[in-house]
Amino acid sequence: MENYILEIRQLNLFFGKKHALKNINLGIPKNKIVALIGPSGCGKTALLRTMNRMHDLNPEVKTTGEILFDGHNVLHGNTNPVQVRRHIGMVFQKPNPFPKSIFDNIAYGLEINGMRKRENVRDAVERSLRCAYLWEEVKDELNKSALELSGGQQQRLCIARAIAVEPQIILMDEPCSALDPISTAKVEETMLELKQQFTLVVVTHNMQQAQRVADYTAFMYLGALIEFGETDKIFGQPEHELTKNYVQGHFG
Amino acid sequence: MMAKKHIQLFGIASLVTCAAIVVGFLGLILFDLAWKGGIVLNWEFLVRYPKKGMTEGGIFPAVFGTAVVTLLATALAAPLGIACAVWLQEYAPDTPLTRLVRASIRNLAGVPSIVYGLFGLAVFVEGMGMGMSVLASGCTLALLTLPSVITTTEEALRNVPRLLREGALALGATRWETIRAIVLPAAVPGILTGIILALSRAAGETAPILFTGVAFYSRYLPASVFDEFMALPYHLYILSTQHHDPVAVRPLAYGTALVLLALVLMLNSVAFVVRARHR
Repeated sequence: MENYILEIRQLNLFFGKKHALKNINLGIPKNKIVALIGPSGCGKTALLRTMNRMHDLNPEVKTTGEILFDGHNVLHGNTNPVQVRRHIGMVFQKPNPFPKSIFDNIAYGLEINGMRKRENVRDAVERSLRCAYLWEEVKDELNKSALELSGGQQQRLCIARAIAVEPQIILMDEPCSALDPISTAKVEETMLELKQQFTLVVVTHNMQQAQRVADYTAFMYLGALIEFGETDKIFGQPEHELTKNYVQGHFG
Repeated sequence: MMAKKHIQLFGIASLVTCAAIVVGFLGLILFDLAWKGGIVLNWEFLVRYPKKGMTEGGIFPAVFGTAVVTLLATALAAPLGIACAVWLQEYAPDTPLTRLVRASIRNLAGVPSIVYGLFGLAVFVEGMGMGMSVLASGCTLALLTLPSVITTTEEALRNVPRLLREGALALGATRWETIRAIVLPAAVPGILTGIILALSRAAGETAPILFTGVAFYSRYLPASVFDEFMALPYHLYILSTQHHDPVAVRPLAYGTALVLLALVLMLNSVAFVVRARHR
């Protein structure tokens, strides 16, 4: 039995009248990479964004069920979403660096999470840039605007920014879909390194990517979790007919 | 086939003609002013005091008065307007009350400036005891430009991409931390443009200052905010219509108009540059 860092129980999500997530029960094992796959509209991004309370930004969304993290229910009314997000970070599909310098992009997260001393901030910035395999490329230009970086570099900066605040889980919403193949390879390399320290949940459209990086894979269809298991099994010997059809490319 | 081409040409020609008419009028105004007022324009005109019953000399006190009261109005309207816009755009829930506040602001924007003048007289000059003063006029002009500052700031905030906010929130930022460090800095060009345009409007208003503090002639520059002041638009009005010898002073009136116009155009250009640089 795996050690679950996050347990999703009986999760239902409604966008107004639309029942977008149907009774999801899922455990995310610690220090592993879990891929969420499925055709467009199956709810994988909706599920991801539930985990760090990003749906709070949308007044039309209602959820029922629980997400247990460190003994607390993330979805509970009394749970402070700001606290949740300090422990569960997110990297978005389109790189979204702040219009600040490379250094300040990462320093911002550290500053709002209480880090005061300049030396500590400098060290943390270097550490996280190294972790994201970006340090060598930008170490002499930390004051350059982040917007001048290439797409792949910007995404790695966003990853560095997320890991700098030392969350326990990092949610990634199709982190490579806006990147070229070389940047994609670099980001995937980063993801494999990161799982030693963090737990990753990655939404991806790319089945090859899921097979390359993920330890576990969850297949979703029309808002429901169809199958969950070790990646090799999901792609090699899927149990469910729908899973089989999807991974074999009969529909996308 | 030929008909289509002709229709297209006709359409373009009509549009160009309309544009030319508009630009033409502006050109006509500028030309007329320059022609009749250009002769009085020199450095002396701007820095000297008026002499001999306004028939000679310069308009320095009016330039000074306009500058001071406009800056005061902006200093009052900007923080208030930005704070209001931030609250409306970032915090206020969509309730009937919020919608009422928004509608009120839109309506305030349409209130005639002379009504603002009367309001200023009743509330600032008499009600709050400021008397006819720079302060009363500054407050009145601030009220006048407040709706436009709020509206342009709201729009500037709205234009900050959602993805940027989400990036900050995902790091565990509170709403205020997101606004302070990410949203507001990104909205600065738009906010600045709005403030400069409000400034430029306040500089040219006559009716609000008429009831609240402007004087046709005052011997000294205002020493404190409780003193009266001279101002360009009012100076222009008096020289053109109330003076005992309007014909003699007509060039001075035109010169004043040119200075006022130059001020407004300069401010608008700055706003344009600020906007263009950040596109």
